[in-house]
This record gives sequence, structure tokens and C-alpha cells, in this order.
Amino acid sequence: MNVALFVPCFVNVFSPKVAECTRQILRSQGCDVAVPLDQTCCGQPAFNTGYWDDAVPVAEHFLDVFGKYDHIVSPSGSCVTMVRHFYERLFPESHPRAGEAHEVAKKTHELCEFLVGTLETEDVGAAFGATVTYHDACHALRELHVKDQPRRLLQNVSGLTLIEMENPENCCGFGGTFSAKHEPVSTSMGREKLDGAVGSGADYVVTTDSSCLLHLHGLVEARNIPIRCLHIAEILASRETES
Amino acid sequence: MNEAQKFLAKEREKAADMKLQGILHRTLNNHHLAVQRNAAQWLDWEVARSLAASWKHDAISRLDTLLEQLEVNLTARGTCVHWAANADEARAIIDKVIQENGVRSIIKGKSMTTEEIGLNEHLEANGVDVVESDLGEFIIQLRGEKPFHIITPAMHLTKDDISALFEEKLSVPHTDDAETLTRAARVHMRSRFLNADMGITGANFAIADPGLISITENEGNGILSASAPRIHLAIMGIEKVLPQLEQLALFLPLLSHSGTGQFLSCYNSFFGGPRQHGERDGPEQFHLVLLDNGRTGILADPEQRESLQCIRCGACLNACPVFRHIGGHAYGVTYQGPIGSVISPNLLGLQEFGHLSFASSLCGKCAEVCPVRINIHHHLLENRRNYVKVSPPSKLERHGFRQYSRTMVSAARYRWAVRFARLGLRLIQRIPILQRLGPIQQWTATRTLPTPAGKSFLEQVAREKKD
Repeated sequence: MNVALFVPCFVNVFSPKVAECTRQILRSQGCDVAVPLDQTCCGQPAFNTGYWDDAVPVAEHFLDVFGKYDHIVSPSGSCVTMVRHFYERLFPESHPRAGEAHEVAKKTHELCEFLVGTLETEDVGAAFGATVTYHDACHALRELHVKDQPRRLLQNVSGLTLIEMENPENCCGFGGTFSAKHEPVSTSMGREKLDGAVGSGADYVVTTDSSCLLHLHGLVEARNIPIRCLHIAEILASRETES
Repeated sequence: MNEAQKFLAKEREKAADMKLQGILHRTLNNHHLAVQRNAAQWLDWEVARSLAASWKHDAISRLDTLLEQLEVNLTARGTCVHWAANADEARAIIDKVIQENGVRSIIKGKSMTTEEIGLNEHLEANGVDVVESDLGEFIIQLRGEKPFHIITPAMHLTKDDISALFEEKLSVPHTDDAETLTRAARVHMRSRFLNADMGITGANFAIADPGLISITENEGNGILSASAPRIHLAIMGIEKVLPQLEQLALFLPLLSHSGTGQFLSCYNSFFGGPRQHGERDGPEQFHLVLLDNGRTGILADPEQRESLQCIRCGACLNACPVFRHIGGHAYGVTYQGPIGSVISPNLLGLQEFGHLSFASSLCGKCAEVCPVRINIHHHLLENRRNYVKVSPPSKLERHGFRQYSRTMVSAARYRWAVRFARLGLRLIQRIPILQRLGPIQQWTATRTLPTPAGKSFLEQVAREKKD
């Protein structure tokens, strides 16, 4: 199966390992993975902050780059939501590229939903010897309805124990520019999330989105909170029983 | 300070108020548990929501005819129906009823619409005696505050706070017994009910045919306010009308479930006119004020129209993580929380209140719990777009996103931007003073900066291809 890997801009800069792991997982499932080098961003930062006119050219560039692939897969529920649900707002019916945007939206998938839904696999042959708790990233959960897929994948990782934290569906408080514009609330939400994660007794808090992790890891590091943050792709690509 | 700056200051203050945090977490968790316990009464909650949404959608799309029908049917039974285009007109209508009837004292049932038009302050300034009869509203009135939450106005207060207030204002000896406090308020209010010249209430729904309004409450004070005084005046937003009575079989339990986690609120009463010939009780006059105050503006906007489906249940406030950390007073508007941040800029002015659209992490929990399926967080995105057009928060941001757009349409420029960002972040990490600069400080106040990788993923792949 031909798959194009869509690498969110902050994954590209801060967590190239997450992209590399995603590529490995897809390859291990027999996918032929292309990494278009001319890709940039999906346009979400501008769109979410209100600058839709500035988001349109960026989204058009995305269509140019990814339009020709059968499947587009990304290790981010948030960026996939942008393409899948919000491109139709940037390209309304009156827009000449509306049809194209609609087609691209349909074939863009978050990694876990692609593995479980399209490739119909719940066991990617991973091994990771640790206790983890899963944080439901908002866009993945509420816009893409990704809830069971990551949990099923994690349950099949050899050596891994999955435990639920209190209120796994609560937002971590990142929210893009919200994290800076409304720092006091963003911070409180993040600490609450981490209290739940630490309280679960897990070694790692795991999710589908590096953006949540950027924020959570920043809080963890600033306060020496006893938990580690990890993207789910890093676990699904792992072959280590001892971590 | 403008409204946006006031909001940020309040937000910081409230988020650091540990007493408030404790109250909010306790109350909202209890509310959440009550809603969960009550969920079993619904054979299929998702179907109920869809039906409610479609009925509200239908009613909103033929508001003009439904309102006229309501007026005709109510008038036929002797009700005076008044149309108010804005808050000024609504207050003038009420003033006229007061003057014509020599009203000196008023008892009020709970009504956010009267809050919206600032009625209490207006009446008090005119020397009219007004007493709130909903316990929460009564407490707030004694404190000289605004409601903290559209459904639970005194949510932010403990029993102790209320006892101290009653001790000061009503000379009730200090007690930690809630029943004693409620009884004290009841004694204080009884004579007011009996002596008031006029009762003012809101309305939760209106039914076009037969013409009536429906009031939902738990304390019985609404019925008393509407029926004990010789004049009953109700005020409601024009979006509250529904075509058929049968629809309340869905909407009444829907409102109770979402608002308080009850199967049905204790009292659901219909009022369709003043005392009719041969009837022994009821008010001599019944007035209904239909308030627009910006609603037709929302109706005219196909994107935002859906927000008129709101039944003011408060579910989105209770679910919102931002509300849970700052409470209702920080918003500085009548309708707080997520739906308030959607409608307030459109009712009160985008330029002044558009900033509220950014007081959300866009988590979508509000839309998930909304009983009439309003896509609340998506409307916040539309408000953000409209807001930055009229009033971009800063030149830096405006310019920044224009630059972002120019960069991200070219792979080459993006590669340079990645290098630049990496270099910039390393500099900031090495030179601590840079971390205290404006927007950077907003991140680094509580979080460490992320460390950029030596080579970006795309740089790594490009290298692979070369090799």
C-alpha cells in the first residue's frame, strides 16, 4: 500500500524520532512509505488563531504536495483534524479547489486509526517493558473519534501494562496559542492532567499528539514531576522489553 | 483597561484562588456525577439530542411566524405582548407597566434575560423595590454581585459564606445548617411575595400554539412570583419559542438532565394568560416582553445561527475546563462559559468581546455535552476569524501569521525557517534573559522550552536520499 507520511511541523523540528518511528511502523506493516520533501505545514496555527486568509495558501500547498497519494498518514490527531474537518471551511463549495480538498480530507488519517481501521491490525509486533497511561488528545478523541484504537494497539505491546488515569478525556491545556495567551489556565489544566497520570502509577503518559507532549513535558521538566512523556509511535516502534 | 485586559487579569486572579478552585472542583464533579447517574433514564441520549437539535433548528428557521402565532394566541386570552428591539426598549416597556399600575415593589423569579438588560440596577435606580426570590439569586443580590453561573448563581460560595452574609444582612445567628439558612431566606421572602405589586419572571420555553410560556425551577418561587402579585410580567429572548406543546415532553427532561442532572426539575409550570373570567386566582394582568437585543443579527448569519438553539442549560459551562479554573465572574458578561463566548461577541460587540473566543483550548467538551448539538468550539473559531479582522490582538501576531503564510508555501523557505527556529531556540535557551521576553515568557513561566533536534526529520530524509 502506498502511503505518504505527513510530518507535522513541530514533530519535524522537535521530535524527528516520532516521524521516524511512524515510518518504521508503517513499513513493518508492509506499506510503501513516501516522505514528500516539499511538505511544510497544514495551516492549523493560522486557522486556529483566526487568520484563515493566511491559512489558505498553506493548505493549498498541502493539496499540491499530498494530492497524488492514495493515503496520507500522520502521527497527530490535531493536524489530521485540520485537514479532515477544517479544510472544508477553508475551501467552501465556491472555492475552485473544494473538490480536491474534499478528496484529500477523506484519505488523511491519524496513525492509530490508520493501523486499526485501514490496515486492520491491532498488533504491530512492538515490545516495551513499562507501565503506561493513555491521554486522550482532544482532536483525536472528539473530532476523529480515536479512542479505542490506541488502547488496543497498546494492549498488544509485549511487556506493556496499560492503566487508565482519572479523567483521561480531560484536555491537557495546550490548545496552540491558548497555552501562551491563557498561561495560568493552561498550566493548571496541564498540572491536573499530570496529577492524574502520576496518580495512576504509570511510568509514562502516552498520547497521539506531540503538541500535548510539548506542553506536558515542559511542565514535567520545570517541576521535576515523576513521569515521562512519550508519543505512541515511539512505543509502537519499540522492540525493547526492558525500558 | 479594556475588556480583554480585564479578562486576563481576572483569569490570573481566579486561577490562583485556591478556595475557589476547591469549590469549583467539588461542585462540578458532583454535577458531573449527578448527570451520569441520571443518564440511564434516556433510552438513547444521542437520538434525544439529535431530535432536540432538529426541533430547535426548525423553530429558529421560522421564528417570524412562530412569534406572531404566539402573540395572536396569547393576546386572545388577554395577555399584553410587547416587542423590544434592545435592552433600552425592554426597560422602557417595563417602566411603563410599572408607572401605569403604580407598582412600588417587585418580586422576581430567576431570569438571565433580566440580567442581560440590567433590570435590577435600573429599577433600583428608579426607586422601585426589587427582591430576587430564587435562593441563589437572592444571595447574590444581598452581596451586590452578578450571577456566577447561569444556572447556579451562587456556586462560588460556601455555606459559611452564606451564613456570614445572612448574619450581616438579615441578622440570622451563625449556623452551618443549610436548612436553617434556607428557612431564614424563606421567612424573609414570604411577606415580599404577599406584598409585591408585580412579579417578574423569565421563561425557559414558549409554545406558539397554544400560546404559553413554560418555566422550569426547583424552588416554587417562580410559580409564586408569577401568580401571587396582581401583575405578572415575563421577559424572554425571541429564540425561546417552539411550535408545539408536545415538544416539551422532550425539552423539559432534556433541560433538567443537562442543567442539574435531575430526571425532571421539581416545578414545570405553564402560563398562558392573566386570570380568566370565572377563575379564582392568577394575576389580573400578564405581560410578555419578547426581546431581540442582537438575536436577529445572529439569525441573519448562517454560520452563527445555530447558537440560537441554546436552551441555557449550563451544561457547557459545567464541562468546560476553562470555566472550571476561572468560574463565571472572570468573563465579565451575562452569559458565561463556552456558549457565552460564542454569543456574547455577537450580542455585545465583536470588538469589545471577541477576545472571549480565545478563552478556550478548543477541546470540544462543550459540544460533546450540548443537548441541542451546537458545535460550540467551531463557532469560537469563526468568532476568532471575525475578531482578528476587526481587531488583531497585536501587530506582532498579525505580521507573524502573514510571515508564516509566506514561509509555509515554499519548501525552501520552510527549510530556512526550521534552521532559523533551531538557532533562535538555542540562543534563548543559552541566554536566560531572552526567556523573559513577552510571548516567550508566557510559555517559560511554568514550562521549559522544548529542545530542537540536531537535524529535522525532513533534513534527515533528504540526507538519506543523497546518500
